[in-house]
Amino acid sequence: MSIDLSVEDLLDAYRTMKTIREFEERVHVEFAKGGIPGFVHLYAGEEASATGVCMNLRETDYIASNHRGHGHCIAKGVEVDGMMAEIYGKRSGTCHGKGGSMHIADLDVGMMGANGIVGGGPPLVCGAGLTAKMKGNGGVALAFFGDGASNQGTTFESLNLATVWKLPVVFVAENNGYAEATAASWSVSCEDISTRAQGFGMPGVTVDGHDFFAVHKATKEAVERARNGGGPTLIECKLDRFFGHFEGDNQNYRAKDEVKDIRENKDCIKRFSKTLLSDTAITTDDLAAIDKEVQALIDNATAKAIADQEPGAADLLTDVYIKY
Amino acid sequence: MARRITYQLAINEALDQEMARDETVIVMGEDVVGGTGASGEMDAWGGVLGVTKGLYAKYGDRIMDSPISESALVGAAVGAAATGMRPVCELMFIDFLGVCFDQIYNQAAKFRYMFGGKAETPVVIRTMYGAGFRAAAQHSQCLYNIFTHVPGLKVVMPSSPYDAKGLLIQAIRDNDPVIFCEHKALYAMEGDVPEESYTIPFGEANIVREGSDVTIVALGRMVIQAGKAAAALAKEGISCEIVDPRTTSPFDEDTVLESVENTGRLVIVDESNPRCSMATDISSLVAQKGFSSLKAPIQMVTAPHSPVPFSGALEDLYIPSPAKIEAAVRLVANY
Repeated sequence: MSIDLSVEDLLDAYRTMKTIREFEERVHVEFAKGGIPGFVHLYAGEEASATGVCMNLRETDYIASNHRGHGHCIAKGVEVDGMMAEIYGKRSGTCHGKGGSMHIADLDVGMMGANGIVGGGPPLVCGAGLTAKMKGNGGVALAFFGDGASNQGTTFESLNLATVWKLPVVFVAENNGYAEATAASWSVSCEDISTRAQGFGMPGVTVDGHDFFAVHKATKEAVERARNGGGPTLIECKLDRFFGHFEGDNQNYRAKDEVKDIRENKDCIKRFSKTLLSDTAITTDDLAAIDKEVQALIDNATAKAIADQEPGAADLLTDVYIKY
Repeated sequence: MARRITYQLAINEALDQEMARDETVIVMGEDVVGGTGASGEMDAWGGVLGVTKGLYAKYGDRIMDSPISESALVGAAVGAAATGMRPVCELMFIDFLGVCFDQIYNQAAKFRYMFGGKAETPVVIRTMYGAGFRAAAQHSQCLYNIFTHVPGLKVVMPSSPYDAKGLLIQAIRDNDPVIFCEHKALYAMEGDVPEESYTIPFGEANIVREGSDVTIVALGRMVIQAGKAAAALAKEGISCEIVDPRTTSPFDEDTVLESVENTGRLVIVDESNPRCSMATDISSLVAQKGFSSLKAPIQMVTAPHSPVPFSGALEDLYIPSPAKIEAAVRLVANY
C-alpha cells in the first residue's frame, strides 16, 4: 500500500496507540486489585480510531468525548500522568480528583471532556465549531460518540444543526457493536450509522476502525472539508472493544471466544505494526524502543498516581463557581 | 439619563449595548431573528414576543436563528461559551427545559468543578416563565427553583425594567453560567431605566418598599402583586416591607434575615408550585437562622400543587393574587 505519512508521523501514531493500549491494560489490572474507585470504561482495541482521527487535528482544535474517553484524551495530547492520577481520584489528577475517568478534560489541549451522559458531546462540539466559525480561525471541532449515542436525540439534533449552521464539525461514531450490553445490530435501525448522514445533508462514510490508515484517510478528508468551509461530515468506525462495557462487566452477552478472536485476529496495533514493518523502513527495533518507552511512562504514571495525595476537605467547595 | 421604557425594551437595550461593547457576545435562539431562509422579511419576529427585534439589522450574523432543537441549541451555546464566546441563548419558554436540561445541569453547570477549575462557561440562557397568558400547562410554569437547586448555575429573575437591564448586563459579563428568567407578564411594564450601561450585582436583594410590621419576600412578578397588597394594607395600618431577592442563586440571606429581625413576621410570595420551592427554601432559611426573631408562623402564598390551568377563571385562581397576599399578611400581623 502507498503510505503518505512520514516515518516520524507513523512512529508517533504507533506510540499513541501503544500508550493507549498499555494505559488501558494497566488500568484493567489495577482496577481488579481494588485501587481505582468508581466506574471505568476501557478503550483497548479501539486505538486506531482515536489515533487516526486526532492526528488530523491541531492542538487548538476541539474534541468532545464520551464515557470511554481515555484513548481520545491520550490521542488529543492530555498528559498521561495527570490522567492516571485522575482515575485514582488524586489531587495531581488532570481535574484534581473531581472528575474521574468519566470526566477527564483539558481545554488547554482542546479536550472538552469525557462525558458521563451518552450523547452529551455532539451539541457541545456544535458550539466549539461555532466559536471557530465566528472567530474565523480555521478551527475544527469533532465529537466522538458510540453506537449507543448514535440513537440519542441530542446527536440527531446536532447533526441537523451542524448542517444548517454550516459548522466546521466532524462527527465520529465509534461503533464497537455494543451499547452497554445490547447489540448495535439490534438497537441501531440501519446497517451503517454513516448512512444517517444523508438524512442530515452531509457526507457520511463507514470505515474499518481496526485500520489506522482507513480512519486517518477518512478523517483527513472530513477535517479538510470542515476547515475549508465545507461543513460537517459523519464518519463511522466499525471496531471492537477488548473489555466489557465497564470494569467488572462479566460480558456474558458476548459469544464464547469472541474477545479471544478479536484479540488474535482484529487487533489494530498488530495490524498497524505489520504494515509498518512490511511497507516502510521502520524496524522491529524501532517499535521495541517505543514499547519500552511506553512501558516506563505507564509504570511511572501508575506509581506516581498511587503515591499521590487525596484531595482534602478544603477542596470540596472550590471551583463550583468562578465567583459566587 | 433615565427615561421610562418597558421591561422588554430594557432587555433589548442590554443585549444591544453588550453586543456593541464585546464582539464575542452572540445571540442565538428559535426565531430570535425570524424569517431566516424564508422569502419574506428578515427580523420578521425578533423573538416570539419581539424582545430581540432590531438586533439583526445592527449585528447581522451575530444573532442567529436555530432549528427547533433545544438540546443542540443550548448545547451549542454551552460549547461556544467553553471555547471563547459569550453566547446569550434564548430558551423560548422555561417549560422547554425538559428537552434540553442535560446540557444545562450536567454539562454547563458542572464543567468548572468536574474539570478541576479549568473551564469557564460564560453562557446566559434567557427564558420566559410565568402564568397569566392563558397559555396553559406547558407554557406557563415557574421552574426557576429547579435551576436554583443546581450548584454551578446562577439564577436571576428581574421584577422591573431597571433590574432587567442591569441584571442582564451583569449576566452577560459574568463568567459562570446564568439562567435569566423573564416573566412574560412583565414585558409591557414601564419604569425608569438609565440610557447608559450599568450592572446590578448578583446576590444583593432590593428592598422595594420599607416597612415595620411584616416582611414580604416576593419573587419576579410577585413583587408587583405584593406591592398592590402592601398599598391596600397600609390603609389598614399594616406596614409591609417588600424584599425582592432579584437572584435566587446566589441568594441574599442577610437582607431577608435582617428584615425579619425588624418585623418579626414573614410572608413569602412565590408563583411557583409550593413543594421544594423558593418559598419552602426561604421558610427553611428563616426557621433555621431567624427563629428567635419570629412572632408568628411563616406564611407562604404560592400557586397550588397543580399544573397551570388553561381556563381564565381557573388560572386567575391559580396565580397568587394581591387578595391572598393581604390575607396572609393579616394572619401573621394579627397572630
